[in-house]
Amino acid sequence: MAHNWDFATILQNWPVLWVGIKGTVFIFVITVVLGLGGGLIVGVARYSKSPFVSWPARAFVEVFRNTPVLVQIIWFYYAFPILTGIETDPFLAAVLGISLNTMAFSAEIYRAGIQSISRAQWEAGKAIGMSYNQTLRRIILPVAVKRVLPALTNRGIEVFKMSTLASVVGYVETLNQAKLISDLNFNPIESYTAVAVIFFVVLYPVVQGTYVLERMLRKGD
Amino acid sequence: MSEILRIENLHKSFGDLEVLKGIDLTVQSGETVVLLGSSGSGKSTMLRCLNFMETPTEGKIHLNGELIGTERGGRMRYREAELCALRARIGMVFQHFNLFPHMTVLENVMEGQVIVLGRAKPEAQDKAMAQLDRVGLAEKATEYPARLSGGQKQRVAIARALAMDPEVMLFDEVTSALDPELVGEVLKTIRQLAEDGMTMLCVTHELGFAYHVANRVLFLHEGTILEQGEPQSILKAPATDRMSEFLEGHSLFKLPD
Ligand SMILES: Nc1ncnc2c1ncn2[C@@H]1O[C@H](COP(=O)(O)OP(=O)(O)OP(=O)(O)O)[C@@H](O)[C@H]1O
Ligand SMILES: [Mg+2]
Repeated sequence: MAHNWDFATILQNWPVLWVGIKGTVFIFVITVVLGLGGGLIVGVARYSKSPFVSWPARAFVEVFRNTPVLVQIIWFYYAFPILTGIETDPFLAAVLGISLNTMAFSAEIYRAGIQSISRAQWEAGKAIGMSYNQTLRRIILPVAVKRVLPALTNRGIEVFKMSTLASVVGYVETLNQAKLISDLNFNPIESYTAVAVIFFVVLYPVVQGTYVLERMLRKGD
Repeated sequence: MSEILRIENLHKSFGDLEVLKGIDLTVQSGETVVLLGSSGSGKSTMLRCLNFMETPTEGKIHLNGELIGTERGGRMRYREAELCALRARIGMVFQHFNLFPHMTVLENVMEGQVIVLGRAKPEAQDKAMAQLDRVGLAEKATEYPARLSGGQKQRVAIARALAMDPEVMLFDEVTSALDPELVGEVLKTIRQLAEDGMTMLCVTHELGFAYHVANRVLFLHEGTILEQGEPQSILKAPATDRMSEFLEGHSLFKLPD
């Protein structure tokens, strides 16, 4: 069965899509900063020698790594307000779901990075009188983070794609707006194809960039 | 001469393994003490207890007359902040250099001064350059460690420790990881420090160095100091069979007649 492609309606509705794209970028920036930033804190806590610090961090990681983000978003939207009395909206529910999941995954990346640094570096910091925190901040983390930068950028790319899950609770982003166009114009094929193309056009250069980054990092070693 | 370091009845166990079984030692200011002993005799452990890289199981350590830690309930207690401050006063150089790979040579030597001692950056930089000059590497200040030879790395590590103005320097087999032709430049640097009056404890297998530079040689065996004395006598005429055997194992070492 041949389909007569007609992207004219998509172009006519470009302002509608543009609102969605802005929504996507906005939630991406918020969740990637919270997710990768918070993940650093959880990852360091996970590495801690004190069980009072490492154990809660580990529990956090396991909970959010082993539940689907989609379920988390829906849960924060429908269940969380009833259980806690704290109101959420689509944006907040999606930010919580995506950020917490990203924190959990990136925490493990950071922890692996920290663990990959030889004990000798800890000793060198300690021997000149640095505290645990000083050694971590000045000696261990700069090298560890650089080492896991490729894995972190992969996470970032995942976060960008995960933003479409926010549409399930009605947050205005690209997929949500495409559905709107599709419902009004009866053109789901063009609408959803447009979404796929938009994501590809944004992500393809970014992914190519990460390859360059990886090569540069390897040369630096 | 004044006493800088006093160690009383130092014990260290790892689980069931007792590595140090009661060490007593007093080091005078400006002294160079060389620790000899076969592998596993506890030389590294002893050095590492002196700057609390390892916490002694028992015993007391005094630096410049002050007791490290406080005694409570018949045991020594140490606060982490106190130990950090102590480590800043004792320089340590490792077998594998352990330079910070993400920092230039200059930054390596400035790091402890700025972060631990709180020195202003211009002052730290001047100090760092002076120490790099002392080890003959001032012109490498802007290089990264990866671009240096082993001998150069080790001299930077020495400068990094010296920049903290340590009261004592600890050297743990600092030439063992080097190619033979690079050993000399590092030993020369350490020898110069000895001549400048630095107080040093060195673990080494370089008996020639011990003979010419040490004021005192200790022979560690199974966690105790089996014998000690001036290098000229103890290396030529050891009192114990253990030490004779140990010295015979070092066939490369030819004592001057
Ligand atoms: N952190 C540790 N945990 C458990 N055992 C240790 C530890 N450090 C050292 N040991 C053990 O203590 C003993 C003495 O080790 P140490 O490194 O002090 O010996 P050494 O005299 O420096 O030997 P080498 O000449 O090989 O460096 C060895 O049996 C070693 O396995
Ligand atoms: Mg050793």
